[in-house]
Amino acid sequence: MQLTVWTYEGPPHIGAMRVATAMRGLHYVLHAPQGDTYADLLFTMIERRDARPPVTYTTFQARDLGSDTAAIFKDAVAAAYERFKPEAMIVGASCTAELIQDDPGGLAKALALPIPVIPLDLPAYQKKENWGASETFYRLVRALSGPPPAAGTARASADGRRPLCNILGPTALGFRHRDDLIEIRSLLDRLGIDVNVVAPMGASPSDLGRLGAADFNVVLYPEVARVAAQYLQKTFGQPMVETVPIGVAATIRFVEEIAALTGIDPSPVLAGAPSRLPWYSRSVDSTYLTGKRVFIFGDATHAVAMARVAATELGFRVVGLGTYAREFAREVRAEAEVHGIEATITDDYLDVEAAIQAAQPEMVLGTQMERHIAKRLGLPCAVISAPIHVQDFPARHSPQMGFEGANVLFDTLVHPLMMGLEEHLLGMFREDPEFHDGAAPSHHTRHGGPSPAPVPEAAQAALAQPAPPPSQPTAKDTVVVSLWDAAAEKELKKIPFFVRGKARANTERFAREQALPLITVETLYDAKAHFGR
Amino acid sequence: MNAHAPVPSLDAACTDTGVTIRQERGQRAVFCGLTGIVWLHRKIQDAFFLVVGSRTCAHLIQSAAGVMIFAEPRFATAIMDERDLAGITDMNDELDRVVRRLIERRPDIRLLFLVGSCPSEVIKLDLTRAAQRLSRRVSPDVRVLSYSGSGIETTFTQGEDACLAALVPEMPRAEADAAPALLVVGALADVVEDQFSRLFSELGIAPVAFLPARKADELPAVGPSTRYLLAQPFLTDTARALEERGAGRIAAPFPLGSEGTTAWLRAAADAFGVAPERFEAATAPGRARAATALAPYRQRLADKRVFFFPDSQLEIPLARFLSREMGTQLVEVGTPYLHRGHLADEIAMLPAGTQVVEGQSLDDQMDRCRAARPDLTVCGLGLANPLEAEGLATKWSIELLFTPIQGYDQAGDLAELFARPLVRRTRLEV
Repeated sequence: MQLTVWTYEGPPHIGAMRVATAMRGLHYVLHAPQGDTYADLLFTMIERRDARPPVTYTTFQARDLGSDTAAIFKDAVAAAYERFKPEAMIVGASCTAELIQDDPGGLAKALALPIPVIPLDLPAYQKKENWGASETFYRLVRALSGPPPAAGTARASADGRRPLCNILGPTALGFRHRDDLIEIRSLLDRLGIDVNVVAPMGASPSDLGRLGAADFNVVLYPEVARVAAQYLQKTFGQPMVETVPIGVAATIRFVEEIAALTGIDPSPVLAGAPSRLPWYSRSVDSTYLTGKRVFIFGDATHAVAMARVAATELGFRVVGLGTYAREFAREVRAEAEVHGIEATITDDYLDVEAAIQAAQPEMVLGTQMERHIAKRLGLPCAVISAPIHVQDFPARHSPQMGFEGANVLFDTLVHPLMMGLEEHLLGMFREDPEFHDGAAPSHHTRHGGPSPAPVPEAAQAALAQPAPPPSQPTAKDTVVVSLWDAAAEKELKKIPFFVRGKARANTERFAREQALPLITVETLYDAKAHFGR
Repeated sequence: MNAHAPVPSLDAACTDTGVTIRQERGQRAVFCGLTGIVWLHRKIQDAFFLVVGSRTCAHLIQSAAGVMIFAEPRFATAIMDERDLAGITDMNDELDRVVRRLIERRPDIRLLFLVGSCPSEVIKLDLTRAAQRLSRRVSPDVRVLSYSGSGIETTFTQGEDACLAALVPEMPRAEADAAPALLVVGALADVVEDQFSRLFSELGIAPVAFLPARKADELPAVGPSTRYLLAQPFLTDTARALEERGAGRIAAPFPLGSEGTTAWLRAAADAFGVAPERFEAATAPGRARAATALAPYRQRLADKRVFFFPDSQLEIPLARFLSREMGTQLVEVGTPYLHRGHLADEIAMLPAGTQVVEGQSLDDQMDRCRAARPDLTVCGLGLANPLEAEGLATKWSIELLFTPIQGYDQAGDLAELFARPLVRRTRLEV
């Protein structure tokens, strides 16, 4: 059993729903108890879709358990087919239905519907949402992409026509999948490459039957599409491009890789200034971004890409990097090594919180959950990966990928930080009643603000929220903290708040290493000189 | 524990007042009882809700609530994994470990609910015994109780019913010869609770207590001298538990709208022998304010045709308010369950010919809704945007649980909730 305050991923059947909802002409019959229809509102509310997801739930109840839940399931499949007349169906169980073992695949097969019915086996107590999406997509591709070409048949060469590719990976409820797709389609078009099928987003089961016609596959989101692309590579001999074009350098690599694959000259696409990020980042206004300590957490694709962008395109220092996607831990570990740190691979929110506290970053780039942590710790934060909430399905064009995506990233990653001049002035003048440590950057809504007017005790009790759990300093820390002398403690307060935590930790470490019994003002500055910044 | 007896017949039944009650079976687009945690964890200020379930349960509760709540919430999920199911680990040991970690992290908790889910009910994990065991271990600092919020047993607000029913055995005993006391049952917004407190005090009814109380250790006493008044229509099991402890129900409609509030208060006043003059004097200002507040919305809502999808069991009282006080027409009133006893007064007040549907067959009901093309459809969040896209104005029903709507001074707000989507439609020009 795992204590879960927040979960980074839903159960695997949510992943299957993301694939089904992304597609057209596909229906999903899900054996699930009453209440599991909550999942509909992820699509109708968070993504604001204008139609119900193509999902029929059996919504069995306790009274049904005594009778024939298998019959309920069969009726649901038959009724869904009659009503929606899909081109293909997927059938499966949610976590509770998995326990009662009704065998959705076998039951659906017994109905002998005149369409492909693809059973999904998604182990809800082992696997999670992204795995469910990947497995569902793979099963669909396997079942619907048609027989492999006869052995020895050479792939049809692209005589006279433009090269043709599939774009694999975008789903419903994906972080900026809608706009990434627009961006990548446009990039491919400018390269002179046509798109055969985009899947799952917008594809029908019959579209999946045409996947084999493409020359190669572009895998935008390996979490969803890597397995399917590997199958296509094996079956149809289609090479796959798996460079994720997030950030300027990665987009250039992506373009060059495709150019090499297709024999196209990439220089017209790369000429000029395709993204504003490089100039914005070089302009002197951005100098103060140098060495900002960032902690990055999310799905593997976005976390790795963002670490590269943060370090090499914005000049931040990556002090923490992690993912909740264990399937991609290897990639994230390798990237963390590049930054000289150890990756945080966990799906436990409390572990992530602890890692952030330990790394003492000045900014957090993470998911919706890291916004909670950052808010509690008083750190600036930007969202770079699912899980996300409604505000990260914006109306405006907001890709992460491609050159426009890099522009969006620059704005997103810089906005939460305090602007340069303000940062300087805070460091110089510490007693301003309006602009002080506790206040949020002045271009944001004030959260802390100047110390509020005293509240009468009764009102205070009424307003009182539960005390946020104390950050539970370990016994060791407590001992070290008590060793600060008063003057040093006061001097520490003069250090700008966003690096103060780090300064405190460094000083304490210095004192430990030097076996100093008491931290004085001198120790503070000795440590500063020792570590630099 | 909240399982309802099988529906005896699916035939339509007609009440004396000409209201048709029909039952329907099929796909149900409703929340499970776990969702009640979303408001209960705020109402009981020192309680924590630990769901024992799957990742789906954790995902549900954070999708329904977590994303709206940035403060550290007082709920979490103990997610069962394959090792638990395969018997590799002892579930009770695991649960103890999780509870220990939780209590270390949240030393401010006084009351811990272990909340059962579909998976934990299907594998028959005995949370009642687990709660007793844990209670012994962590008392007196923390009390541990259990209830089921599973979808197979509970629908949406029935989670509150199950939670409150779990609290009833914990209530102190009121002596049999104690003076009659009034107990108001159902989680109400703090402001509404305070208004009702003042009203009862003006009526001279005392003592008055509320269940749930705002603090875990402030549970009111209950006994044969207790008369309880339901503030919410979904409290079947809680009522039964209270009656097992000797309390007697005061039958009344629910305090929605001016008329409902008056009838609700009058039922209490009659039970406590309040003189009619005093009742008039105490309620007149509230009724006058409600009349003023409701007038502008009546114009907006009159003759509008309203369709209710089942959600919370509030549908029948709301339909009664909308039809009698706002002059709307009722196309269909869906409700997940219908407690014929608790809702008898409400059903008697519905206009003749009202079509009440208990249960749901989602696609059929959507077909009926599309065919009727009502002016306003009250439905859940899974249906609201899709119906809006089909050109139907909707009022998403969950808001009715998250907003103070009971009593005289909220009558206008309640009407406004239904008028707002219609007003919005007239405002938007694009």
